[in-house]
Amino acid sequence: MAQIMLWEAIQRAHDEEMARDPMVICMGEDIGVAGGTYKATKGLFEKYGPLRVMDTPISEGGFTGLAIGASFLGVRPIVEIMSVNFAWLAMDQMFNSAAKIRYMSGGQLEAPCVFRSAGGAAHQLGAQHSARMEKVFMGIAGLRVVTPSNPKQAYGLLKSAIRSNDPVFINEHELMYNMKGEVPDSEYFHPLEGSDIARSGTDVTLFGYNISVHWCLKAAEILDKQYGISAEVIDLYSLSPLDRAGIKQSVSKTHRAVIAEEDEAPVGVGAEIIAIINEECFFELDAAPVRVHSALVPQPYNHTLEKAAIPDHEDVVKAVLKLFGKA
Amino acid sequence: MKIEDKKRVLREMVLHRRFEERCYQAYIERKIGGFLHLYPGQEACCNGVMEAARPGHDYVITGYRDHVHAIKCGSDPKAVMAELYGKETGSSKGRGGSMHIFDAAHRFMGGYALVGGPFPLAAGIAKAIQLKGGDEIAICFLGDAANNQGVFHETLNMAALWNLPVLFVCENNRYGIGTSIERSTAVVHQHKRVAAYNIEASECDGQDVEVVYEHARKAVDHVRSGKGPYFLELMTYRYRGHSMSDSRGYRTREEEELWKQRDPIFILRDRLIAAGELTMEAYEALEKETDAYIENEVIKFSEESPEPRVEDLEKYVLADRASQQQWLTGQAA
Ligand SMILES: Cc1ncc(C[n+]2csc(CCOP(=O)(O)OP(=O)(O)O)c2C)c(N)n1
Ligand SMILES: [Mg+2]
Repeated sequence: MAQIMLWEAIQRAHDEEMARDPMVICMGEDIGVAGGTYKATKGLFEKYGPLRVMDTPISEGGFTGLAIGASFLGVRPIVEIMSVNFAWLAMDQMFNSAAKIRYMSGGQLEAPCVFRSAGGAAHQLGAQHSARMEKVFMGIAGLRVVTPSNPKQAYGLLKSAIRSNDPVFINEHELMYNMKGEVPDSEYFHPLEGSDIARSGTDVTLFGYNISVHWCLKAAEILDKQYGISAEVIDLYSLSPLDRAGIKQSVSKTHRAVIAEEDEAPVGVGAEIIAIINEECFFELDAAPVRVHSALVPQPYNHTLEKAAIPDHEDVVKAVLKLFGKA
Repeated sequence: MKIEDKKRVLREMVLHRRFEERCYQAYIERKIGGFLHLYPGQEACCNGVMEAARPGHDYVITGYRDHVHAIKCGSDPKAVMAELYGKETGSSKGRGGSMHIFDAAHRFMGGYALVGGPFPLAAGIAKAIQLKGGDEIAICFLGDAANNQGVFHETLNMAALWNLPVLFVCENNRYGIGTSIERSTAVVHQHKRVAAYNIEASECDGQDVEVVYEHARKAVDHVRSGKGPYFLELMTYRYRGHSMSDSRGYRTREEEELWKQRDPIFILRDRLIAAGELTMEAYEALEKETDAYIENEVIKFSEESPEPRVEDLEKYVLADRASQQQWLTGQAA
């Protein structure tokens, strides 16, 4: 097992899949000659050439649609959308073409495309470069949504997404590309559905995904050491479909739930998980589930305001203490 | 065009016209729901282009006015009508409807309802052809008003940049629903807008199928021989309203009559009669035969076909699970 950075894990998945199958191609802005904004496609242009590693014009709707059209004929494009904020321009094609094609053609056509995009608040990037948009994608029938919290998942989820015959949106995080972690040396496919138990516990379940898994893990550590509360951390790497069984199983064990999301609360991941808890195991609850989320504001530029808008592990700790009547 | 081909195309155009008129009637009878966009008046466009191309071999994609394009690619009119009836035997198993006819076996890649949506999809199909090294081309039929979408320009740029084998056919019928081209678009002649992208483009009469054919031959040859994309603009007219709820208050009856004097079917019919290749009696018999076929086979089939089963409501949302198990569960590891 090698320790590699998350961007290297993504690069490795691209490289292995492109070496295996000439129909796997990748495209996006500055991904070729320049090697990718986050280096996720570094070295691929030199290896596979411009026909398969395509530097696109700044036309998110256009090149996303082009990738989808190519996928109808069995090409497997991996589309990088430089920032999830720009994905709005590509959503028409993702939602109206890729996600619906199988259904509206009565199963005749499919769009085995992968869309990768970096989201999240990074370092004072301001209102138009800091969005978290997973909630938009996870409500679309016909589209899978996964989101890695570590290099192993980043590698394995991309590998599975490329092989899957459904369109998959992969939600990455701008702050996590340099995160190090162990990735198996041999080929590895992470499941596209389900959830991981990132830490076992008995008193409360902390649900996280992508960056918020790390807040939850840190919070669990503090809760254990300082308050004697045993928290279980569930990593929801699949946002669509959500792992109903996994959510039910953990809450039925701990009887308490806190959901941590970097996104704003309305119509969000937390709201959806609470709905699932209500539907699956309401009578197992000892307390009303709680959401930890960002403020409902366009992301401010000012450092102090930015920090105030986005939650972190301390907010998770506070939410848990409140659940236990300790705050 | 060879004489035999002209006669066959006349037969096909009569079928296309009568099929659409029968749809109109079925809609009034509430057998067909949703939006219904009909093609009468524009038959020479699809027919002229596809005579120059290879139906069933070349990939075709279009908008919501798609029945005739599907049939021309080789779809069984019965499956198309059954789709409009929402039946399980329809081209898209009743899941698509009038605006979403698909026939992958005949490489009819579908009808799409977002104006301009098919532009980049067509370029993507061309990209796939380029990667696979086949001799097919992608043909994208869309209207004049679609060219006001951003993806039109994005797609032209990419198609030229990457030398993609795609033919854009603009059926310029002068209207986008009820807004005339003069009122929506700064340039009436659409091929002029394409010049900026270094793409070969031309315009011709879209009512005379032989004229369309001659121009389309040049366009198809250009694309198939690897010279990159081509944009062909056909000046045409739709007789009926945009969709079924359109009383055509935005144009005059005089204008409509003027265009009907250049009816694509009558132009070809009269030319064949003048050449002694057809009689008016034979033509009238053809119309009757066509109507009988539509009634006795197409409509009958659609009426008698079963509805989709409610148990299958969620079928086709995602890929069949059994074929995806290793990626869904990570078992492949
Ligand atoms: C993105 C989008 N905007 C608006 C509409 C509504 N709409 C449907 S057809 C149409 C007019 C399109 O005209 P044109 O491209 O000239 O094609 P035609 O109907 O004349 O064949 C409009 C505005 C739509 N379906 N999609
Ligand atoms: Mg029009």
